[in-house]
Amino acid sequence: MLKDALKIKVDRRDGKLAMAHFYVAFIALAVGGLAGLLQTLVRSGKFELPAGIGYYQILTVHGVVLGLVLTTFFIMGFQISVVSKTAGTLTNRQRLIGWIGFWVMTTGTVLAAIMILLNEASVLYTFYAPLQAHALYYIGLTLVIVGSWLDGTVIIMKYIEWRKQNPGQASPLITFMALVNTLMWIVATIGVAATVLLQLLPWSLGLVDTVNVAVSRTLFWYFGHPLVYFWLLPAYMAWYVIIPKIIGGKIFSDSLARLSFILFLLFSIPVGIHHQLLEPGIDPAWKFIQVILTFLVVIPSLMTAFSLFATFENYGRSKGAKGLFGWLKKLPWGDARFIVPFIGMLSFIPAGAGGIINASFQMNQVVHNTIWVTGHFHLTAATAVVLTFFGIAYWLIPHLTGRVLTKKMNKLAIIQGVTWTIGMTFMSGAMHAAGLLGAPRRSSYSEYGGSAQAAEWIPYQIAQAVGGSILFIAIILMLYIFVNLAFFAPKGDQEFPIGEPLSNEKPPMVFENWKLWIGITILLILFAYTVPFIDLIQNAPPGSKGYKLW
Amino acid sequence: MHVHKFEKIWLTFGVAMLLVFLTVIGVSAFYLGNKPPSCLATIDPEKVDTQAPFNEPGLKKVEGKEWDYELVYVASAFAYQPGEVEVPFGAKVKVIATTKDVIHGFQVAGTNINMMLEPGYISEHIATFDKTGEYLVLCNEYCGVGHHMMMSKIKVVEQ
Repeated sequence: MLKDALKIKVDRRDGKLAMAHFYVAFIALAVGGLAGLLQTLVRSGKFELPAGIGYYQILTVHGVVLGLVLTTFFIMGFQISVVSKTAGTLTNRQRLIGWIGFWVMTTGTVLAAIMILLNEASVLYTFYAPLQAHALYYIGLTLVIVGSWLDGTVIIMKYIEWRKQNPGQASPLITFMALVNTLMWIVATIGVAATVLLQLLPWSLGLVDTVNVAVSRTLFWYFGHPLVYFWLLPAYMAWYVIIPKIIGGKIFSDSLARLSFILFLLFSIPVGIHHQLLEPGIDPAWKFIQVILTFLVVIPSLMTAFSLFATFENYGRSKGAKGLFGWLKKLPWGDARFIVPFIGMLSFIPAGAGGIINASFQMNQVVHNTIWVTGHFHLTAATAVVLTFFGIAYWLIPHLTGRVLTKKMNKLAIIQGVTWTIGMTFMSGAMHAAGLLGAPRRSSYSEYGGSAQAAEWIPYQIAQAVGGSILFIAIILMLYIFVNLAFFAPKGDQEFPIGEPLSNEKPPMVFENWKLWIGITILLILFAYTVPFIDLIQNAPPGSKGYKLW
Repeated sequence: MHVHKFEKIWLTFGVAMLLVFLTVIGVSAFYLGNKPPSCLATIDPEKVDTQAPFNEPGLKKVEGKEWDYELVYVASAFAYQPGEVEVPFGAKVKVIATTKDVIHGFQVAGTNINMMLEPGYISEHIATFDKTGEYLVLCNEYCGVGHHMMMSKIKVVEQ
């Protein structure tokens, strides 16, 4: 019966809901990618923006549209698809909530976009109070979050329903993972919702005169770090559950996959202060405690790396591979659904190492707010995560639209992945190097009054523009593939690959004890944040009035 | 729950390395004193110009402290006060800075002097200038349209 269930297609109506999310996500890719291209061109010093468009305006576009819109819409579409596939078709009520969520998010996106285009909100997606954007910008982004909560509710409802119908059984692995990511997202977004609703919105509407800047930043980064895990975990879902099926292998261990997701739930959130290591007003002992908690995600990361490569090796050996690395040859290198996410996995090795440097307490001083950091998250988010999302799109879009990924499109998809890799090697490599020399991030082209140090950075900025241009070509290819798969590819049945575990060992039921895991999550958050927040509030300096300096 | 033997070895090794690593940065911070800038002192951002030491930005020789000089900066959109300063080679300097308006990022390129300036807070860091030459002070946290024009210079000179 399980075998039959795995062959079932995602219901057309659920497919439409997921596709609606993907349309917005790929429009965001086009807009945000163009903004990124323009940024690298401006920073090369050879190009100026036309028509009075500001560098920081397109920087805001790039961050909001790619960091929040592309990711959130793609992730919600993906999670709804995997839950519908493995836990069953949504009920009408669940689907309706999903559609309301979609429209709330879309309305919010449009509102925020209008405010950015009108140059009323060049404050970047990280807000930067006391810079003060138009209230509608804050309202728009709030709607994006609220809409994502509604989408998340669909996943929670489906999970509860499945557990009721299958008492005493472990939930389908990928539904379990989608639920973990949803719970983590809801707990994390409370921080950004709090700073927007309690601080920034009343302040931008003129209801209060001043804002507590340090509290606002701490609330933002309480959300800002788990945000990156919210991007990463769907990629991990694909690596753990989908890639094994694509290569024809098995999931190394169902239980360990669940354990690693639980560890991500616990250790993603009480760590945001590692983004604030160089800020005044927070005691260094508390910063160090959060650094330790930050580093605990090393454990599930090592587990993940082990699992993936164990899956690859097991598969290769089952096909008769010999020697220490003979199994590598047996992997399906001609399959875009495998190789594009695989490039993402590889990029996560230097990306993770860079992340360890960034979070290393005093070592952060060497790289903080330099363009090294931008180079870092273009390896994590913009390579590991995004290439995995593209790898998902290659089969999920045609599955949902009743089409197939043709050989020709598969080839183009591989070219796309390779082009992306070349572009990113140039761009991210140059960013890392320039950052170590001191070049700042989030900055327009500047010669700093003829400074000799700044002159050293310019060749790297030209390399970034070269990389950015190559990346833009890769984006155009991706958009072409997306349109093909959504509207023009031949009709057919594209497989929805869901892997099965190597052994039939039942995962321990304690993993589904949410009172326990959410309880520990909350305790860890209270432990890591209570004293720093009391300090920031009790010893607060006079608040700041709003500034519009763009 | 079955855990493969190799995975146990892998995780044991990984966790052991993690402990060594965290111990190293912990000892460096709390025993050797290499903590990231975390000054807890506050100031009224509207009254920066009238309060010591920010009423007299620049380099000042001090006696009887662990450092030889204090170098005071006032940041505002989009400039640093002072715009240029000479520091004697080898001097141990406490850099003290704050902002009058929005958030700025105080960074001396090519050094480890890198700290956030937030309205209402004072930021401090002690550094020794042990290489001569001209250093660019820039703003590394977005502060508005002139963010990338905001700068100052430190000249480290033999005396």
